[in-house]
Amino acid sequence: MRRSLNTYLSSERFPPVQATGSKLEPRFVIRPVLAEFPFSVTADTSCHYIMVCETFSQHDSFVHRLDPRVRVVVAGAFSVLVAVSGSFTVPAVCMVLAVMAAGAAALPAKATLKRLAGVNLFILLLFATLPITEGGTALFRIGPLAYGREGTLHAGRIALKCNAIALALTALLSTMTTITLGHALGRLRVPQKLVHMLLFTVRYIEVLRHEYIRLARAMKIRGFRPGANFHTFRSVGYLLGMLLVKGFDRSQRVAAAMKCRGFRGRFYLLTVFSAAPRDAVFCAASFAVLSALVWLELA
Amino acid sequence: MNDFLIELEGVSFAYAEGRQVLAGADFALGPGERVGLIGANGCGKTTLLHLIVGLMPWAHGEIRAFGKGRRTEADFAEVRRRAGLLFQDPEDQLFCPTVAEDVAFGPLNLGNTPDQARAVVAETLHSLGLQGYEDRITYKLSGGEKRLVSLATVLAMKPEVLLLDEPASGLDEETEARITAILADLPLAMIVVSHDREFLKKIVTRAVCLRDGSLHPFSLDTLAMQGAPESC
Repeated sequence: MRRSLNTYLSSERFPPVQATGSKLEPRFVIRPVLAEFPFSVTADTSCHYIMVCETFSQHDSFVHRLDPRVRVVVAGAFSVLVAVSGSFTVPAVCMVLAVMAAGAAALPAKATLKRLAGVNLFILLLFATLPITEGGTALFRIGPLAYGREGTLHAGRIALKCNAIALALTALLSTMTTITLGHALGRLRVPQKLVHMLLFTVRYIEVLRHEYIRLARAMKIRGFRPGANFHTFRSVGYLLGMLLVKGFDRSQRVAAAMKCRGFRGRFYLLTVFSAAPRDAVFCAASFAVLSALVWLELA
Repeated sequence: MNDFLIELEGVSFAYAEGRQVLAGADFALGPGERVGLIGANGCGKTTLLHLIVGLMPWAHGEIRAFGKGRRTEADFAEVRRRAGLLFQDPEDQLFCPTVAEDVAFGPLNLGNTPDQARAVVAETLHSLGLQGYEDRITYKLSGGEKRLVSLATVLAMKPEVLLLDEPASGLDEETEARITAILADLPLAMIVVSHDREFLKKIVTRAVCLRDGSLHPFSLDTLAMQGAPESC
């Protein structure tokens, strides 16, 4: 029986299936669309679906061609250095490096600035609060509140750091698909559980969204209109509860399906990355620059 | 010792909330046999398939597979390698981001090297007419493609028996015809759950009906008749 299946599998019996969908890689952007119920489903023409939309991974550049593992390592080291630095000089130099990386990755300016704008919304909050709470030399006063110089500098430093990290990560990490990122992390021996949580999220976020939209539509066609009332809170509660229950049930079925295919707690990755000489050069250059910055920071 | 591939003897199963779906069910699948399993919604057809591969604990009775009584998780680990279960919803079966990874999942678990697994993937996809699907994203496939890829993930483990849970439900005519042709052509013993008698007629050699917790033979002639007989 086994032999005959092998023979069966090694012969061509059926004409190729005509593919329906596109072969494009997924794109990533999680979009908060809360204005409409259900969440707005108007697709951005550059994205094929809503939850996972990887705008930056579709181009080609020097950075796109680098080994994903190298990019992950360099991005990680860069982020840690920027985050822990206490001076103004190091984040400023890093910001310049991040802009250079963005240039090398040929990031589209508009989309990149849009992404950075999201980060800077939080920064605005810091500029509004830190100078007041940290005291120091007053720059100006609004009523009883003194707007301090030290706090402003502190907020400025955080803003610089945040933007440098966000830009560098966009240049180095967003230029690969989330799936590739998962595999690169796996190959870098990041704990399997974390890697697979990432990959499972990429796989099932869309299924969950569809389930959500189905439920929300079922509510909508029966005349549900959200408002600030108890009926809305209860109904949305049911919706979220049902999503949770369905998600749990699905996880049980997926686990059973995995068991049926011999899963015993260990994942094997199929992707093999190969580093080219340019990866070694990029890695060495990056670490040389980062080491110089560490020295500058300590000096 | 007999040479049945799968044998159930007096198997009983009830859900935690108390609903009894199997009560002393007897069943046997011989080599080369293709058995259609029919029955009302919720009568326990899926449960029966899941019991055979040990996904649920059962209360009474005996399950034998490939010549051995099966009871423990280790017993069933072997059964799952040799009996491929196709789930009702491909969304449950395809959990990897890409088709190649999903099809390779089973072979890798069986100890194949990535290179061997890749060869199995190419071969299996090719035999089902899915060449070039390796790098497709599983959640972006159409319903029919998902079903075919699910079948590929099961076949890639080179099973000796197939357990198919409604393999043709919800498919367009063309995909259903393809699945029918593939299944009719596969040199494997199988149990096929389906409500579609016309579909079963093209694939199975005999049929059984699950009613009131036990299995009753169901004649192919009845099966050939249009419309459901009252009993099943």
